[in-house]
Amino acid sequence: MNYIDSSLKVVGTRPLRPDGVDKVTGRALYSADTRAAGMLWGKILRSPHAHARIVKIDTSKAEAMAGVYAVCSAADFPDIPSEEAFVGEGPMNFRDLAQNVMARGKVLYEGHAVAAVAASTPAVADAALAAIEVTYDVLPYVIDVEDAMAADAPVLHDDMFTAGVDPKPTKASNIAKVVKFKKGDVEAGFAAADVIIEDSYTTQPVHQAYIEPHACLATCAADGQVTIHASSQGHFMIRAYTAKLLGMDMSNIRVNPAEIGGGFGGKTLIYIEPVAVKLSQKSGRPVKIQMSREDVFRGTGPTSGASVTVKLGAKKDGTIVAAQTVLKFQAGAFAGSPINPGCMCGFALYDIENIDVLGYDVVSNRPKVAAYRAPGAPIASFAVESLIDDLASKLGMDPLTLRQKNMAKNGTKTHYGPTHQNIGFEQVLAAVQTHPHWKSALPAGQGRGLACGFWFNIGGESTATVHINEDGSVTVATGSPDIGGSRASMGMMVAEVLGVDISMVKATIADTASIGFTHLTGGSRVTFATGMAATQAAEKVVDELKKRAAMIWEIQPDAVEWRDGKAFPAGSNAGGFEPLDLAELALKAARTGGPVNAEVSVNAQGAGAGFGAHICDVSVDKETGHVKIERYTAIQDVGKAIHPSYVEGQIQGGAAQGIGWALSEEYIYSNKGQMDNPGFLDYRCPVASDLPMIEAVLVEVPNPRHPFGVRGVGEVPIVPPMAAVANAIKGATGLRMPDLPMTPPKIRAAFDAAG
Amino acid sequence: MSNLSYAAPTSVDDAVKLLAGSSGLAKVLSGGTDLLVQMRSGRLKPDLIVDTKKIPGIIGIREENGGFVIGAGTAGAVVEAHAGLNKAWPGLVEALDLIGSTQVQGRCSLAGNLCNASPAADSVPALFAAGAIAVVVGSKGKREVPVEQIPTAPGRTSLAKDEFILEFKLPVRPARSSDAYLRFIPRTEMDIAVVGCGISVTLNEAGVCTAARVSLGAVAPTVLLLADAAAILVGHTLDADTLAKLDAAAQAACKPINDKRGTIEYRTKVAGVLARRVAAIAFDRAAGKSTGKAH
Repeated sequence: MNYIDSSLKVVGTRPLRPDGVDKVTGRALYSADTRAAGMLWGKILRSPHAHARIVKIDTSKAEAMAGVYAVCSAADFPDIPSEEAFVGEGPMNFRDLAQNVMARGKVLYEGHAVAAVAASTPAVADAALAAIEVTYDVLPYVIDVEDAMAADAPVLHDDMFTAGVDPKPTKASNIAKVVKFKKGDVEAGFAAADVIIEDSYTTQPVHQAYIEPHACLATCAADGQVTIHASSQGHFMIRAYTAKLLGMDMSNIRVNPAEIGGGFGGKTLIYIEPVAVKLSQKSGRPVKIQMSREDVFRGTGPTSGASVTVKLGAKKDGTIVAAQTVLKFQAGAFAGSPINPGCMCGFALYDIENIDVLGYDVVSNRPKVAAYRAPGAPIASFAVESLIDDLASKLGMDPLTLRQKNMAKNGTKTHYGPTHQNIGFEQVLAAVQTHPHWKSALPAGQGRGLACGFWFNIGGESTATVHINEDGSVTVATGSPDIGGSRASMGMMVAEVLGVDISMVKATIADTASIGFTHLTGGSRVTFATGMAATQAAEKVVDELKKRAAMIWEIQPDAVEWRDGKAFPAGSNAGGFEPLDLAELALKAARTGGPVNAEVSVNAQGAGAGFGAHICDVSVDKETGHVKIERYTAIQDVGKAIHPSYVEGQIQGGAAQGIGWALSEEYIYSNKGQMDNPGFLDYRCPVASDLPMIEAVLVEVPNPRHPFGVRGVGEVPIVPPMAAVANAIKGATGLRMPDLPMTPPKIRAAFDAAG
Repeated sequence: MSNLSYAAPTSVDDAVKLLAGSSGLAKVLSGGTDLLVQMRSGRLKPDLIVDTKKIPGIIGIREENGGFVIGAGTAGAVVEAHAGLNKAWPGLVEALDLIGSTQVQGRCSLAGNLCNASPAADSVPALFAAGAIAVVVGSKGKREVPVEQIPTAPGRTSLAKDEFILEFKLPVRPARSSDAYLRFIPRTEMDIAVVGCGISVTLNEAGVCTAARVSLGAVAPTVLLLADAAAILVGHTLDADTLAKLDAAAQAACKPINDKRGTIEYRTKVAGVLARRVAAIAFDRAAGKSTGKAH
């Protein structure tokens, strides 16, 4: 069924969030909050070197210590062969994942795990780690992407031969892959252009900086059955990857999803679960591993840093006729940067006849990158949206008008293949034009920037069950962790279909043994895909309830109508029965065929792409280079906001993270290739006082492929901020800042250089 | 496993004896906002902690001979709530107020900030500018030490193993005197100074500076007291020429390092910028033109 044009009673309202009380009172059980009788503390020894061959690991002293119950290193794990899988938002090679979880042969970055212990207390575990003797043969290392591509760079993997070039290279290098996309004839496009503009940009790796460090509790029973308690973006993902890395059957692993304290893409892979399971297998006791913030920074994945060049050609009237870009993405120690989406997203917003894109996936001696909100897109859009702003200046055009002239519409064919359908970019830009922020006069001394962003959004496999409880209340269970408000949105969609108040519906997250497979949370897919499963399950329940009422009334099921949470006879011909509500039908369920439940699994197709536009006003202290965000408005096509407060929160959060990426977040390396700022003091995420209230404006262009019109909303909002801030700084100062983060020293130096 | 002992003596003598008699690493605990963090991170593994907060008189603010005496263990929040200190030493109060969060303010102390001996400590440039005297106690009795003689290097002080600070004496404030402190941080809160600057001045009736002390933080291994910069202010109003000379003197005094918080070039330039801005606030306050907070 489709509810897009229906009058809705629950969807679109703002009920209290179901997880709110537990979270603000500290009762919510996150990964680190669970203990077990006899539990041991697992700790991981990490490499101090950026690049080294492991000559020997001597664990004998640690093993002999009182209170130490198990020690493990790569030798305790299966040597996994190379196997590519596409999961969530990017490629995953299981050999690389295994070697990232526990280094085998070489350490490839400072913080790479080399061994682990399980001990009676954290202090004993720390002492045991200190007693492990690792002999390293230290190798030359390389941190930055351009350096890693140089012909004389230290090579991380001697079996890495660049894919995507013909003929296949004979010499190993750090370039894992070359990606190319072409549309039209870019040379002819530039030849026909009246104005050509080109610039180069760099971005730094940024961490997802979820507030909850990774943690897990693993218990291996005497019969080999394993239970894992952990938070993640997909407990089925933890089960599958842990099984793969340990050579186990999935049926022998059960994963209980803990409350999650943020993921933003960074919890779409595993780091510690196989280690905790291995230590539990060896010790026969439950083992808990919890990372410190320092472990999180040194050992888990940020998104790529990059080096990007963009060239645009336009007619005098503003029509962009040619666009070319070269993107070089850091992948970290193993192949798999988000270079593909990076190559697709920058130009996906515009209808450009001739496009040429070249991308490189490059390894270097830093932690393996992980997904981070709209992986790759923010990097590409920082460059493209900065250059479009400069193109507008060069053409003497308003930056909004230039974008409106070139914007993608329904039917625009992208350079990577698909044709845009049911998109709302035009409506988003129209909302910019009429917004009071855009129309307001700029206060003296300030600058205003505009930038836009795109993300595909995905669907995929999800399962939901809806149960009518004995008293007529309702439970909806899904296999999706609640990372962005899914308990609220699932409950609301089910309540809408059933025609009951939201207080009647409780949404939960079922563990891997209690519900059908559900793909991890990524690609902004959950409200769309899991929501589709939950909606369909609720519809099946309504059909069943109509049958039960028909049975009670002894009429045909199609003579029963369901509305406002009750069964009614459909018209006077059906009979003059009093309506039956959920409680009455639940009470009679045993006599009408048993419990009323439905489970639906889907592989949802038709996710609607998302577009956003951000407006940013800044002031700049010319003497210190400090940038103050004075006003910020984020406008986005969200399809349909099931719970608008959560959607606004997603948009505000994405903008806040993007502003950190723009102004202050970066990895600082010592001259030994060690991270110098592995904590929130010197890895500078914005604090509350750094930001103004971010106004989120919801544009609702329904996605016709979802029953309520939903499109993903969680990733688009991190795409525009870097260029929005950079363009605002340009407006305030005349300075184009092409290198992120735009820190006070860089801005002061740019002022000094400009004279 | 190391064994950590904790003692909370109730007299100066007992505290001094404990410190003098310790065979391992003994640390004085005041608010603990640095000490506990360093222990938690594993950087510091003391054998003995001597908590001085139970010593009578070590917490509190009193007036003595026309000046203020601040007990070494007095929490930042207590100092900030003191009307007399806000009036006489707004720069010192605002510098102390910048340390940490509201929660940290309930514990952090001037003595802790000084003895942690970080060149980037916020209250220390203001304390230097104020000309505060530290009253130090130890086995040999009591001695009075100008605060600028306490820190000697990052993490190091001139205090002997058995010594600690009991209280700070602030000098009597002549008419038309005031002070100010500013720091530069990349964010707006929860950060460590890239550069800090404290200035205290006294003006005559014509607005001409008759006495000045200028201090910079985070631009050298210790917080600096800048005699040259102070001399530039004395005998002048805050005209453009004086400001330019002050800027140049502040920059000339800098001996910073490149680190994760700032570059040599940037720190030096910003030291000059802050010196000008802080002087302007201090002069305005001394002249009674402004009593508002600098932050």
